[in-house]
Amino acid sequence: MAAISREEVAHLAHLARLAVTDEELDTFAGQLDVILQAVARIGEVAAADIPPTSHSVPLTNVLREDVMVACLPRDEALAGAPDAQDGRFRVPRILDEEA
Amino acid sequence: MVIERTAAELGRLIGSGEVSAEEVTRAHLDRMTEVEPKVHAFLHVATERALEAARAVDARRAAGEQLGPLAGVPIAVKDVITTRGMPTTCASKILEGWVPPYDATVVERLHDAGLVVLGKTNMDEFAMGSSTEYSAYGPTNNPWDLGRIPGGSGGGSAAAVAAYESALGIGTDTGGSIRQPGAVTGTVGAKPTYGGTSRYGLVAFSSSLDTPGPVARTVEDAALLHAVIAGHDPRDSTSIPAPVPDVVGAARLGATGDLTGVRLGLVREFSGEGAEPGVTAAVRDAVEALTKLGAEVVEVSCPHFPYALPAYYLIAPSECSSNLARFDGVRYGLRVGDDGTRSLEEVMSLTREAGFGAEVKRRIILGTYALSAGYYDAYYGQAQKVRTLITRDFTAAFEQADVLVSPTTPFVAFPFGSRTSDPYQMYLADLYTIPSNLYGGPAISVPCGLSEGLPVGFQVMAPTLGDDRMYRVAAALESAIPPLTPPAL
Repeated sequence: MAAISREEVAHLAHLARLAVTDEELDTFAGQLDVILQAVARIGEVAAADIPPTSHSVPLTNVLREDVMVACLPRDEALAGAPDAQDGRFRVPRILDEEA
Repeated sequence: MVIERTAAELGRLIGSGEVSAEEVTRAHLDRMTEVEPKVHAFLHVATERALEAARAVDARRAAGEQLGPLAGVPIAVKDVITTRGMPTTCASKILEGWVPPYDATVVERLHDAGLVVLGKTNMDEFAMGSSTEYSAYGPTNNPWDLGRIPGGSGGGSAAAVAAYESALGIGTDTGGSIRQPGAVTGTVGAKPTYGGTSRYGLVAFSSSLDTPGPVARTVEDAALLHAVIAGHDPRDSTSIPAPVPDVVGAARLGATGDLTGVRLGLVREFSGEGAEPGVTAAVRDAVEALTKLGAEVVEVSCPHFPYALPAYYLIAPSECSSNLARFDGVRYGLRVGDDGTRSLEEVMSLTREAGFGAEVKRRIILGTYALSAGYYDAYYGQAQKVRTLITRDFTAAFEQADVLVSPTTPFVAFPFGSRTSDPYQMYLADLYTIPSNLYGGPAISVPCGLSEGLPVGFQVMAPTLGDDRMYRVAAALESAIPPLTPPAL
C-alpha cells in the first residue's frame, strides 16, 4: 500500500503554499512514497522511553544584554523587497473591500 | 605556479612581500577566466571588489602592519552565506538578484583576517542535494571528470578549490555538504562542532544541523581557515561560548606522522555495507597506513547508525519546511502573480511554486507531512528520539576510541543524471556523514586514494569540541599518502 496518496500530497502542498501542477503531483506522490517507505524504518527502533533531542548544544535561554544596538536602516531593509511603498512592504490585498 | 600554492604558503609569501596579494588575486581570476567555462563553480565573481580587498592588504603590509597567516589569500564563499552588497541566491530562482544588506559572521571574520573573497559558489538549491544538479543555475562539473558531479550541496566551493580557481572555500554542512564534495573532488572538507562556527547570516535550511566550515586542498589550510571563522558569536544563540580547540597546532602535530597511542574506532555497522568495493579498499589501505604511524585500531559498535539516514530525512525536511516559510514574496526575492486580482495567499503560492525547484518542494512537502497532526509522533518525534540514541552511540564509542573513521561517502563521483530520478538514491550519498550532524560532533573528509581514477574520501569523526583530534589524524594520513592531483583541464 502506498504510504502517501496523490490527494494527501495535494493537501500538503496547499498547506505549504505551493501551487503545484498536476504533473508535479504525479511525480511527487510516487517519489515521496518511496522516501516515506524508506524512512518509516525509524519506527523499528524501540524508543518509547527515550527523551527527544531537538538540538545538540545544551544551551537554554540564551539572552543578550538589554542594550540598544543599531538596527538595519529602513531603506536597506526595503531595498530587496519585491515591492515597497511609503517606506513599507507593499503586499497584495488581504481583506475584501466589503469586509 | 602561484595558483598551485597552498593557502599557508600564499600567506607566508604575501606576508614576507615576495608576492603581492594583488598578484595572487589576479592569478586566480585569470585561472577562472580559463576554466570556468568548463567547471562552472561560481554563480558570481566579484572581480573589482576582490582586487580592491587585495590592494588593501598590500597597503597594510606596506604600512608596516603585521598580517595574519591568511591575509591576502583568495577564498570562494558558498552562495548560501550572506555577503553585504554581493548577490546571494542560494542557487534558487526565488532569491535571484537579491543583494543582502549585511555580512554573515563568517564573512565578517574573513574580512577581518584579510582574506580576499573572489565570489559566490554554486550549490544545490538551499543546500539540499548531493550533486549540485539541483542548482537553479545549472550544475558544477567535477574537475576530475567534467561529466561527473562535484558532490553537493557545496560542489561549487569544492570544485573551485580542486580546479585551483581559489586557494580556499567556505561551505556549510547539514548532512555532509562540505565533506562529500571534498571526498569526490579530492579536497579537504571539515564540518566543525555544531555551534563552533556561527550560523548568523547562513540562510537557514535545518537550523539544528547547519554548520559552516572550511574547504581546502590541505589539512593545514583547512585548520588555518577553521581558526579564522570559528569561535563564539553572540548573534547566534546556538553558538558555543567555549575556546576554539587548537586545530592548527593539531594539524601540524599530525603532519609529523606520529600517531602513537591514538585509537581509531572502526564502526562495525559501517563496515563495507553500502560502499563501492573501490571505496572500501581505499579506506582499508588508509587505516593500514595510519596503523603504521602508530595508531591502534578498535572495533566499536554504534547500533543506531543505520537509522541515522531515515532520522535525518525526517528532521531536516521538517526544519526546512518551517525555515523556508520565510520565502513568501513579501520581504525579499521573487513575487509572482501580483496583478491586483489575486489574494496574498494566491500570490504566495504562485511565487513559491515558480521560485523553488523540485527537490526543495519535495522536502517542504515531506517536512509538512512529518510535522502534521497524526504523523508527528511516528515521524518527527520518533526521529528526535533516535537522535538521542545516536548521540549515546557516539558517547559510548568515544570511551573506546579517540576518533571514529569511515569512508566519507559510499561512492566516487557519479555521472550526471544517474541519481536524480529516484531522490532516495541521492540521499544515500549522505549515509556516513549524517551521524555526526545529528550528534553535533566535528568530522573531516581527507583524500585517501583513487578508485577507478576518481578520488576517495576518508572520514574522521571526533567528539564535540574535539575538532583538534580530527585534524591531527587527517594530517597524519595526508603525510602518509601521495597527494592527489586532478588531470589538467
